[in-house]
Amino acid sequence: MPDLSINFAGIKSPNPFWLASAPPTNSGYQVMKAFDAGWGGAVWKTLGVPVVNVSSRYGGVNYRDKRLVGFNNIELISDRPLSHNLREIEEVKKRFPNHAVIASLMVQSRQEWHDIVRQSQDAGADGFELNFGCPHGMCERGMGSAVGQEPKVLQMIVEWVMEVAQKPVIVKLTPNITDITEPAMAARRAGADAISLINTIQSIVGVDLDQYAPYPIVDGKGTNGGYCGPAVKPIALNMVKNCAQHPDIKLPISGIGGIENWRDAVEHILLGASSVQVCTAVMHFGFGIIREMTSGLEQYMVEKGFHTIDQMVGKALPNVLHWEDLNMKYKVTANINEDKCIGCQLCYTACEDGAHQAIKLNAGTRVPEIIEENCVGCNLCSLVCPVEQCITMERTDDGTQHVTWKERTEAGDIPTEFEDEQAGGRHHWVPEPSAALGKERHKTLPGKARVINGETKVPTEA
Amino acid sequence: MAEFSTPTTEQQFAENFAQLKPVMNRTEALYESSRCLFCFDAPCIKACPSGIDIPQFIRQINSGNDTGAARTIYEANYFGNACGKVCPTEVLCEGACVYNLQEVKPIEIGRLQSFATTKVIKSGEKLFGPGTDNGKKVAVIGAGPAGISAACELRSLGYGVDVFEAKAQPSGLTVYGVAPYKITNEETLAEMAYLQAQFGYNVHFNSAISSREELEKLEDKYDAIFLGIGLGKTNELGLPGEDKINCTGAVEFIAELRQHQHKVAVGRRVIVLGGGNTAMDAASESSRLGAENVILAYRRAKEEMGAYEFEYDLAKGVGVKGMFNVAPVEITGNGYVSGVKFIRTETKDGKVSEIAGSEFVEPCDMVIKATGQAKQTEFLSLIPGLKLDGKGRIIANAHTGQTSNPKYFASGDAWNGGAEVVNAAAEAKLTARGIHAYLSK
Repeated sequence: MPDLSINFAGIKSPNPFWLASAPPTNSGYQVMKAFDAGWGGAVWKTLGVPVVNVSSRYGGVNYRDKRLVGFNNIELISDRPLSHNLREIEEVKKRFPNHAVIASLMVQSRQEWHDIVRQSQDAGADGFELNFGCPHGMCERGMGSAVGQEPKVLQMIVEWVMEVAQKPVIVKLTPNITDITEPAMAARRAGADAISLINTIQSIVGVDLDQYAPYPIVDGKGTNGGYCGPAVKPIALNMVKNCAQHPDIKLPISGIGGIENWRDAVEHILLGASSVQVCTAVMHFGFGIIREMTSGLEQYMVEKGFHTIDQMVGKALPNVLHWEDLNMKYKVTANINEDKCIGCQLCYTACEDGAHQAIKLNAGTRVPEIIEENCVGCNLCSLVCPVEQCITMERTDDGTQHVTWKERTEAGDIPTEFEDEQAGGRHHWVPEPSAALGKERHKTLPGKARVINGETKVPTEA
Repeated sequence: MAEFSTPTTEQQFAENFAQLKPVMNRTEALYESSRCLFCFDAPCIKACPSGIDIPQFIRQINSGNDTGAARTIYEANYFGNACGKVCPTEVLCEGACVYNLQEVKPIEIGRLQSFATTKVIKSGEKLFGPGTDNGKKVAVIGAGPAGISAACELRSLGYGVDVFEAKAQPSGLTVYGVAPYKITNEETLAEMAYLQAQFGYNVHFNSAISSREELEKLEDKYDAIFLGIGLGKTNELGLPGEDKINCTGAVEFIAELRQHQHKVAVGRRVIVLGGGNTAMDAASESSRLGAENVILAYRRAKEEMGAYEFEYDLAKGVGVKGMFNVAPVEITGNGYVSGVKFIRTETKDGKVSEIAGSEFVEPCDMVIKATGQAKQTEFLSLIPGLKLDGKGRIIANAHTGQTSNPKYFASGDAWNGGAEVVNAAAEAKLTARGIHAYLSK
């Protein structure tokens, strides 16, 4: 059996799955329940200055019948008395000495930071996470993302914390910034032990079409919230990668953003995270999802021959390059498996209208045909195809050549005219504009086509 | 043991005849519409005789534009709600759904369609209205799917329309002939009321047109006459004993059932003669009315039945037993039916022949003949110059519905020989355009 336990910047945990600082870690009751269910650690809902919350706090993004592919909130940090939270941290640590309990903190002055770090330490917290990410409510008071967006301020506060911290300090970063590595480097300069990212993204998840107000609606009004959930994973992965690859950061990363199953977690880990944090998925499905996550992770590790999490961390990083370092001689071409094709022709219309007109239809069959010389290998058809492994992208170059843009630039070989061989070379094959007119009119207006202009004929096949 | 106990109340009847395609709620419609792939040049549209833009209305439902979905449906087919429920979708739109090729359940197009149309019918939201009055008038004979569809289309083109119906209710076989588990009377009539409220045609019920004098009056008063008369009574088989009590035609039996529901009595042992969809309906219905034993007797082999496979499955599912290669030779009994004398048959090279000496009597107390409906040739002979084909079907131009008497136009069963509601609705729309083209010359 692979070993799922981790030692993250000195914080030990039976597995890499932590609950992120958020409503699921609002109380000792919830954290104990989570540990009982199998979670390895919990970052407590942020402790700090007294706050009051509004009613109506969360908004969701649904895609067709899928609920909460995106989620946002306008809730603030913990609204429970600090003394209660500290007492419960102590209770949890007593009951679960081998699980990780991390105190998330957000206050203002140096003295306040010193006090709260000491108090959390005394309560038995295994580490601290400094919340420099919250993009709503707290930033207006000079905290949260207001700090994360100012590397100098961030650095100063981390230095204050390091003055008294005897446990590892994690700095949580906001993605609401042009270059995530700037605050990460500031954290490093200040002596932080690790970083965690991403916090939520400033967002409006939707507008009520009847009330003309953004969600979530508070008495007819709304405000921007913090965006999270499955939809933010790609943004999180990119930022995790940016920090993991940066030569001047070199800090353990706790990956956060869109993780709801083992697969998402492994992606974060392969791009450099050595622990992962989950919130939205638990808010949607409860603590029980941990069973699938640990089981999936274990299975993956067995299949790949990984014995420890450390062996996986950053495994994909060498393969994430800049665009200019990609091989321009590599060529893939779409291939339709006729036996699997169900004839929906989504690939046809996607390529025809949305890409490179490299798929054609033939009379007598619903199975489209790839026009190989027009195919630039963009993948679009394979992405829209509803049948697994029906459209595959097959390598069509001979694999012997390797040229990058960087190499061409260095060799003084950048093009001076439009002659991209991937786009048909000099004799670009794009059809004449006027060939588009009326081409598919009878197909795009089927219901009405039979009565348009008094016509009574059923349109015949082209 | 009967599959169903004999229904004695409206509620028991509704339970025995539970809707095969119940109306979806919004959640189910959202989930089901989410599965639609939005195929290019979608096969479902091509499979629909009325060419409804199915991916479009499903997408409209999915984005919360149910009214727009209903408009898309009604633009192509005025019997949008009825068709969603009574169409043999298994062999039309849903049978063409590309999911079938992936062995995934096809989209429930019929139910989605009825979801959208039911909503506007209930709210009464008007989607269409009559066109500007063009001063011309058309008489429509028959308020079935063909007649009512033609009336709607003609009104939208600005014609004055009077519909003459022999019976007391509109929609023809939709309310008098379709199996009750496919659509309820209330649903059928609500759609009819919805259409009439929007288009404002006049319907004269209990007003059969059956004489030359009556036709002449119409010819004088109207610029064109639309024939949506459908088919007639069940064909006589010409068997000895056919006049015995409890030997009835399927069309007549089903019409009774639709009108009087649980008050209709069925035998304990019922034999249904025939192998078409109506036979399947009559057999299923007998079983649901509490018959202990229902036999479907067909003179050819099972594979040769005209009925859709799913219709036979449906009948089997409620306990109907099939008996094949048997031809009825006599209805036995003394006043009341007591059995059917059959002779066994065999099919060789597509020809059915009787096996001499193989007669036997199958006891029963009711016989339902589902052996096809007669054409209304007698009535049609009253129309000067109107030509019929060898099977008694009206001959008309395929694109305009114009008959050999230029003032008369036709659609529906009287033209196509007997097809689905959707065929009649689609043909009538074409024919209304044909009338418009003719009168606009």
